[in-house]
Amino acid sequence: MALRVGIDLVSITSVQESLRLHATRYLQRVFTEAEVRDCQTDNGIDPERLATRFAAKEATLKVLRPSKDDAVPWNTIEVRRDPAGWVRLHLSGSAAALADSTGITELAVSLTREKDFASAVVIAECPIEIDATSR
Amino acid sequence: MTDEIRKIIEAHARLSVDVGTLSENDDLYQAGMTSHASVNVMLALEDHFDVEFPDSMLRRSVFESIAAIASALGELHPEPSA
Repeated sequence: MALRVGIDLVSITSVQESLRLHATRYLQRVFTEAEVRDCQTDNGIDPERLATRFAAKEATLKVLRPSKDDAVPWNTIEVRRDPAGWVRLHLSGSAAALADSTGITELAVSLTREKDFASAVVIAECPIEIDATSR
Repeated sequence: MTDEIRKIIEAHARLSVDVGTLSENDDLYQAGMTSHASVNVMLALEDHFDVEFPDSMLRRSVFESIAAIASALGELHPEPSA
């Protein structure tokens, strides 16, 4: 098996701008309902939590390696929070199909944030013969 | 249309270069547009042109250049025939 890793860094300010400018449309297009619920606080939607989740989606895409003509909506990659505090990924639709086509069955994710930035790293195993091809 | 697209890119793409220096086929990601910035560009394009990019168009290639964006908008908002 080969290992794939993806990492992404997101500006929390950029997420705040998206919320300010596009609010509900931004949330609906990028996040699942469950993700939005996980990001709710007593003070409203937490842009830091959204930013970590966006970073996780992008890091996942780097692992899945879609071609530039593959359509993978952001909400087909979902970050799910375990009651114990850690997170895991759930793929659906085109993201799941892409994972299937590359033989990826398990992904692991970790999130972090500090000041204006949020980051995520995702790793997965992939069959060597698939990793060696164009994807 | 491309002037309007340039204005939206200037406002939302967070490029590391002046959008006026880019040709219509220059790669916006290479010019500094991050993935999250592309979300803001997409939503701003939808607001301005009153369209919605379907899931099938949420591809990197659709937003990779001014020309690509114009082409996609043309598919969503075809000019009425004479």
